[in-house]
Amino acid sequence: MPFEKVVTRRFDNLEAHKIDTYVATGGYASLRKALDTTPEAVHNEVKAASVLGRGGAGFPAGVKWGFCPPGVWPRYLVVNGDESEPGTYKDRQLLERDPHQVIEGCLLACYAVGLTQCFLYIRGEMAHAQERVAAALNEAYEAGYVGKNILGTDFSVDIVLHWGAGAYIVGEETALIESLEGNRGMPRLKPPFFPAAVGLYGQPTIVNNVETLANLPWIVEHGAEAYTAMGAENSKGTRVFAVSGHVNNPGVFEVEFGTTTFRDIIEGSDYAGGVRDGKKLKAFIPGGASAPWFFEEHLDLPLEKTAVDQAGSMLGSGAIVVMDQDTDMVKACHNLVRFFARESCGKCTPCREGTTWLERILSRIIAGHGRPSDLSLLTEVCENISPGIAWPPKQTTICPLGPSAVSPIASSIERFRNEFEDYITLSDRRVIPVGAA
Amino acid sequence: MPRLSESNLRIAHEIISRYPRAKSALIPLLHLSQEQDGYVADDAMKHLAELLDLTPAEVLGTCSFYEMFKREPVGDYRINICHGIACHLLGADDLIHHAEESLGVRQGTVTGDGISIEGVECIAACTEAPCLQVNYRYMNKVDNAGFDALVDGIRDGSVSVPKHGTLALTRQSISEDKAAGNSMVESNDPPAWWPEPAAAEGGN
Repeated sequence: MPFEKVVTRRFDNLEAHKIDTYVATGGYASLRKALDTTPEAVHNEVKAASVLGRGGAGFPAGVKWGFCPPGVWPRYLVVNGDESEPGTYKDRQLLERDPHQVIEGCLLACYAVGLTQCFLYIRGEMAHAQERVAAALNEAYEAGYVGKNILGTDFSVDIVLHWGAGAYIVGEETALIESLEGNRGMPRLKPPFFPAAVGLYGQPTIVNNVETLANLPWIVEHGAEAYTAMGAENSKGTRVFAVSGHVNNPGVFEVEFGTTTFRDIIEGSDYAGGVRDGKKLKAFIPGGASAPWFFEEHLDLPLEKTAVDQAGSMLGSGAIVVMDQDTDMVKACHNLVRFFARESCGKCTPCREGTTWLERILSRIIAGHGRPSDLSLLTEVCENISPGIAWPPKQTTICPLGPSAVSPIASSIERFRNEFEDYITLSDRRVIPVGAA
Repeated sequence: MPRLSESNLRIAHEIISRYPRAKSALIPLLHLSQEQDGYVADDAMKHLAELLDLTPAEVLGTCSFYEMFKREPVGDYRINICHGIACHLLGADDLIHHAEESLGVRQGTVTGDGISIEGVECIAACTEAPCLQVNYRYMNKVDNAGFDALVDGIRDGSVSVPKHGTLALTRQSISEDKAAGNSMVESNDPPAWWPEPAAAEGGN
């Protein structure tokens, strides 16, 4: 079905990061339009568009905005650009290729919700994105789109570029706030620290993902009705997915949300072009490293929140990682678990100790020192991090990082138990291709 | 020169002025120290503590949490090879092994001429796997030959990246007449553009 691209609409234009190009292609028109109406009208438009948060949790942005307690000022906007989920590769593109679109999105959010200062937190390792955003902000200040009395109105807001220093956990919104306050990036307990009520400096704070905000200029320009005309019942508009791993044409694709299937995006010639070298699919991760794995039988599911949730995983951060028939699933599992073990902040014992032990056990299995009891030991440790090992996961921790390490283990042991057993029992070990007896 | 130089001190004060609370500037200032010296020295942390009215231990507490801050000299060129899942699937382990063999150093150690390699977690270039960063500048789809060419380029000066510590070459600057000003926690004033309370709370 034909649809209009929203957040990647200027990606073909290699000059789109400059303000002149941005304005010439309709940029900052939505800001002007918004300033002619009330904050409430802009908020209602975004709520009606039911744009789901694009960071991972998928919570509707317009609803989140409504959680600020009335009469408590000031309120802050914190933009989550700490994109670090393995496989995820969209926010960096949006920041590098169309930074003004993100800035305009920030302005619209600030106007609508009464946020008087915005902190744009970009992952430390993304030097080029920081340069692009710094240059764009300098241009936007100079042109009067950001700062004091924007476009001659009484709307005033500073957007401060802030940068991280290498910590995945800071993508969690309360950890992001801790980090922005100059502390170690450790998550806060909710309640009471729901950012909309008690956030940055204890004030009401909206934390939105980069891609979420990048949707706003289009929504204000075209209206919620045009936005909700695209997509499925519970997943409106469009969405950006990054497909990587063993495919012919890895890339970042904006698709209509909810109607495109995994098969379309993995195998379609306009998209990732199928598993490379004519091999078969063994498994794929549908939504970033934290998501339980999908297999052949899930290919015809739509890229839609409810359908994927019900099938036992999540669209998460829009990262699809494809593994072909020859993938060593024990090593793939270890790779993901090692990530969580390294990135655990250490605040909660089940995660700090649990992920570390999971990584150690998997390491010794791969090194040929696995014990027959190791598979049940892995499961037992997983149980202590996420009781029941169910989906959506229960957690014994403040944030979902610990339970995320359970996903790849549960997925791979359930499906590829024989590969683990081979590592433990055989001196002449083999990878079992998909479909083989 | 582990304390901030005079010019960097001016930049530091400008950065501090953008936050309602000074401690928020700590991570940006640690980056500034690292940019100046290539790493964050103990004396630099003491200086930052003075600037932000913190104890040196508080500065160390934050500094030691974040992967990018190095508290001892690490060489001018850090090659971070991604070993996240997408790069893992496309041969990152082999690339890291080749890099170690070719440079003759292990991960985390530095060659005599200031080059080091390290396997790092996902750097968000998954469709370009296997990828790496030299001082946080991307190189996409790197094979063994590409890695060797990169190292040659660093050695003969044809690969131009800023030395370790320098992140963005463009800084944000907000001139005083354009700034909206910090939103101080103590103010409790509604925004200037916010409608009267009765109208404001009705629809939200």
